[in-house]
Amino acid sequence: MSVLIFLDQADGHIRKSSFEAACYGSQLAAQLGVPAETLVIGTVSDDLASLGQYGINTVHTITENSLNQADGQVFTQVIAELVRTINASVVVLSNNMLGKAIAPGLSVLLKAGLVSGAIDLPTTSNGFVVKKNVFGGKAFAHVGITTPLKIITLNPNSFPITKLEAKATVKPFVAIIPPSKVKVVSTKKVEGEVSLSEAEIVISGGRGLKGPENWGLVTDLAKVLGAATACSRPVADINWRPHHEHVGQTGLAIAPNLYVAIGISGAIQHLAGVNRSKTIVVINKDPEAPFFKSADYGIVGDAFEIMPKITEAVKKLKNK
Amino acid sequence: MKILVCISKTPDTTAKVTFTVNNTKFAEEGVQWIINPYDEWYALVRAIELKESGIVSAIHLITLGNADCDPIIRKALALGGDEAIRINADSQDSFYIAAQIAAVAKEGNYDLVLTGKETIDYSGSAIGGMLAALLEWPFISHATHLTLENSQATLVKEIEGGEQTDQVQLPIVVSCQKGMAEQRIPNMKGIMGARTKTLTVREPVAADSFTSFVQFDLPAAKAGVKLVSADHPEELVRLLHEEAKVI
Ligand SMILES: Cc1cc2nc3c(=O)[nH]c(=O)nc-3n(C[C@H](O)[C@H](O)[C@H](O)COP(=O)(O)OP(=O)(O)OC[C@H]3O[C@@H](n4cnc5c(N)ncnc54)[C@H](O)[C@@H]3O)c2cc1C
Repeated sequence: MSVLIFLDQADGHIRKSSFEAACYGSQLAAQLGVPAETLVIGTVSDDLASLGQYGINTVHTITENSLNQADGQVFTQVIAELVRTINASVVVLSNNMLGKAIAPGLSVLLKAGLVSGAIDLPTTSNGFVVKKNVFGGKAFAHVGITTPLKIITLNPNSFPITKLEAKATVKPFVAIIPPSKVKVVSTKKVEGEVSLSEAEIVISGGRGLKGPENWGLVTDLAKVLGAATACSRPVADINWRPHHEHVGQTGLAIAPNLYVAIGISGAIQHLAGVNRSKTIVVINKDPEAPFFKSADYGIVGDAFEIMPKITEAVKKLKNK
Repeated sequence: MKILVCISKTPDTTAKVTFTVNNTKFAEEGVQWIINPYDEWYALVRAIELKESGIVSAIHLITLGNADCDPIIRKALALGGDEAIRINADSQDSFYIAAQIAAVAKEGNYDLVLTGKETIDYSGSAIGGMLAALLEWPFISHATHLTLENSQATLVKEIEGGEQTDQVQLPIVVSCQKGMAEQRIPNMKGIMGARTKTLTVREPVAADSFTSFVQFDLPAAKAGVKLVSADHPEELVRLLHEEAKVI
């Protein structure tokens, strides 16, 4: 028995959301009294033994260059094979694009119940119950998994990364790699940006900013804070900003530590994608804007005057 | 070429979320239901576009639920589905639901099954991937573009931090998101026509459930907003640094 955590990588480096999954999985393993093992697929330049600091005992690696480009279904079969080999009882993945592509298929192959988007460790005193957000963040559900083998995908930014002094054992895993049914024609990176779903700070702009030429108000602050940028739906719809920045009910749902909404009214469909943020700051010239009801901090005023001053103050703070 | 589109009914985003039976069930009374936006705007409308372009000959819709689902499935028919199947069962378990859809997809000779990327109520993101595994078909998740040529599909999908273009042979399962198509509104002709389109009710096949909802609860109310004067924006930065400790 063990907890197996699948670690997602990009350009040879383990993703931040995977470190969160590693910490989550190793704490769950401790709770169950079993070892924590991980699987890393593809060529990774990080020192894998150092994954021990996240509580991992064993790192299984499949260093196949052909697997640097992910086909979810191939990964699914390889993970299923490892689960059977090491007799894992719980599989943990990040609830990111790849995790969402893999986990459902894995659930079918292994006849294992899946809860996607966990936000806390399961309770295991009476059954196996996982907490997740439902109804666009308006409620929590506690979902019981009734199969012997369990699969959990962890929402990014929902579990703290903690470190200890330890080393993991790294072991190559010789897997049968099934042929991929999907031919990858091309991949395109969204250059030089902080990943929106993993970002700890997100600066977001709405229609109140009047036009794309004013987005410096958002990006200047994002740059000094190392933050990702986001926007409301109409802003993406009228092409002021790229579509992948659209957050909300019909866009991406995010949960950063800090979400700064500038010139966004706070419609319920927008809130559905951002209300899990730990701290929400709203800058809006209308004191009646609904967003203030969901905010932790706010300034009623003109973003065009306020934002440069905020950016200056942050610069000063960073230079201290 | 035949497409099966999975349709789910969800509470409108503006619906008040409360629970009954000791917080074990969503309180449905007075709730306004809509077609899950990802199923409607992206999966269904793209299917309709493919039919309009002459590549696809029929669009079938499938949903799972009791007779309360009928208005929703009629609305989807009004947008442009040709006929619909309702599996007469009530379940929140993704595997059970996927198994029902898989049984229909298997015998219906479909070339393509489209789902939304998730439902806006339970956000499971699971049906498409499970369905593909049950059918042993390729699965493309979070697709933003889909074109068909003979038996080959070309798709663009979102990956972490970017996008990927894939080519794959039909039949396939695709989960759809923003980019696939633009929202449409049903017209009068569609609404009238939908009333006479075939809606077949089928009893479920035997299938396992892997999960069950044990309980729901609501998040603690926010303490209320702390307002900072527009004359002193630097005070906000101090609060975020010293009090909230987020920068
Ligand atoms: C089914 C459905 C799904 C939807 N999904 C989404 C979604 O996923 N995401 C989303 O964002 N929306 C979504 N919407 C749209 C949503 O209802 C709102 O229309 C949208 O969020 C409004 O965007 P906004 O706040 O940028 O613009 P507006 O509502 O126009 O608000 C602009 C705000 O800027 C303020 N402002 C103006 N000038 C200034 C200034 N100089 N300084 C400071 N503030 C200023 C105004 O007071 C106002 O509050 C959806 C709608 C529907 C019906």
